[in-house]
Amino acid sequence: MKQTRIVITGIGLTAPNGNSLMEFRRNLLSGVSGITMTEVRYMGQWPAGLCKFDPLKHQKKKDVRIGTRAGSISIYCAREALADSGIALESRDKSRIGVYLGITEHGNVETENEVYNISKFNYDTKFWTHHHNPRTVANSPAGEVSLNLGSTGPAYTIGAACAAGNMGLIHAAQMLRLGEVDLAIAGGVSESPQTFGIFAGFKSQNALASHVDPTKASRPFDKARNGIVISEGGCIYTIERLEDAQARGAKIYGEIAGYCVNSDATDYVLPNPERQAQCVEKALVNAGMTVDDIDIVNTHATSTPQGDIQECEAIRAVFSKRKEAAAINNTKSFIGHAMGAAGALELAGNIPSFDDLIVHPTINVDELDPQCDIPGLVINHPRAVSRVDAILNNSFGMLGINSTLIIKRFRS
Amino acid sequence: MTKDECRKLVIDIISDIAPDEDLTTVKPEVRLRDQLQLDSMDFLDIVMELRKRHGIEVPEADYTQLASLDSCADYLTPKFQTKA
Repeated sequence: MKQTRIVITGIGLTAPNGNSLMEFRRNLLSGVSGITMTEVRYMGQWPAGLCKFDPLKHQKKKDVRIGTRAGSISIYCAREALADSGIALESRDKSRIGVYLGITEHGNVETENEVYNISKFNYDTKFWTHHHNPRTVANSPAGEVSLNLGSTGPAYTIGAACAAGNMGLIHAAQMLRLGEVDLAIAGGVSESPQTFGIFAGFKSQNALASHVDPTKASRPFDKARNGIVISEGGCIYTIERLEDAQARGAKIYGEIAGYCVNSDATDYVLPNPERQAQCVEKALVNAGMTVDDIDIVNTHATSTPQGDIQECEAIRAVFSKRKEAAAINNTKSFIGHAMGAAGALELAGNIPSFDDLIVHPTINVDELDPQCDIPGLVINHPRAVSRVDAILNNSFGMLGINSTLIIKRFRS
Repeated sequence: MTKDECRKLVIDIISDIAPDEDLTTVKPEVRLRDQLQLDSMDFLDIVMELRKRHGIEVPEADYTQLASLDSCADYLTPKFQTKA
């Protein structure tokens, strides 16, 4: 069945090392990390990735006060994406705009803050804020975007652990193909470093990264890797049907070629390389591609000792069929794990490769773990390549959710 | 606590709750909602901040007493004085 073609026409982002695609890309090619030591409530100093965008660029002070950090990140990214796309919001039917944001979790920050607040009042719940419920409902970040834009179409989040960033784009493509909306504002967001619980949880799991130099803490595939660096961030795209984008003369970053979402059904936390490999293979089938068509594979690898090995196993299983290795990289080595934003941000960091034919590396590999020694891995320095026509982006999450998204160079 | 001090205290709270507003021109006798962008949720914030910062309780039945700066001062000043 011939499917409606779906294209990316605008990108807005904030990452620990950049508040625009241009700044983000420049830092990915220059080896600039965005990780700093950060005070975590009850836990002291830990490496984390915090974003430095100005929320007041697109929000009033009162809206920042009432809303959430995830909401501010979402609004910033959505507004920047729209500006980048050249779409004039006032000329659009706002009931035909969909907002679809992937999230790993939402509400932990606000709940922890309120528990901390009432701890100052002997845990008397009459000091619990009435803002708690609107701040913590799962649709909150997308709802804040709809309030800010005045968009009246569907606006909701997609909970998919750390596979969520890809899910925002996948869902957007589906809704555009179904004709539910004419413009999708979609991607992923995370405010996770504002909650101590995620740090404490990973620490108890022996999966929280530590390093005297925070910029070295996230080191996928390196022998000395010791866990995840928790980061915040967001990346939101404007996504349109090709015919609509062409009708308005839009700049087109790339085309959604194919995707797959599947589930391990094996463990709460541990990944399953066999299912990950199946996810990649099914995405290739969905895109009408083979492994030989893929030029860049952006890995999910989070810098945990076991998880990185298992993803490498999955990639080996699929890509060993190639004659020449695809370029394989990782973005978390620069920005840590931006959770719900990870997939969307990591894809954005690679999209400029369609134009500059350079693959950003994975950094902080001082001694490559032999079990992660997969052909094509771009280590520590960018690599110039002769062809970038397709990028395959992996994002995997707890409870065994896997997402693979393939973006191809746009050709009319 | 004088009524003037009470008005200032309420303005301090409102400046945090409505940080985009210019409070230098607020008329004390005019309803706050008629001169500032305040909604019912903001008034709940004012009630909460009175509770948190000053230990003052405003029962729901008395919320109308917070309509203007002057009515706030009339209603709250005796509460502050009792507390002191």
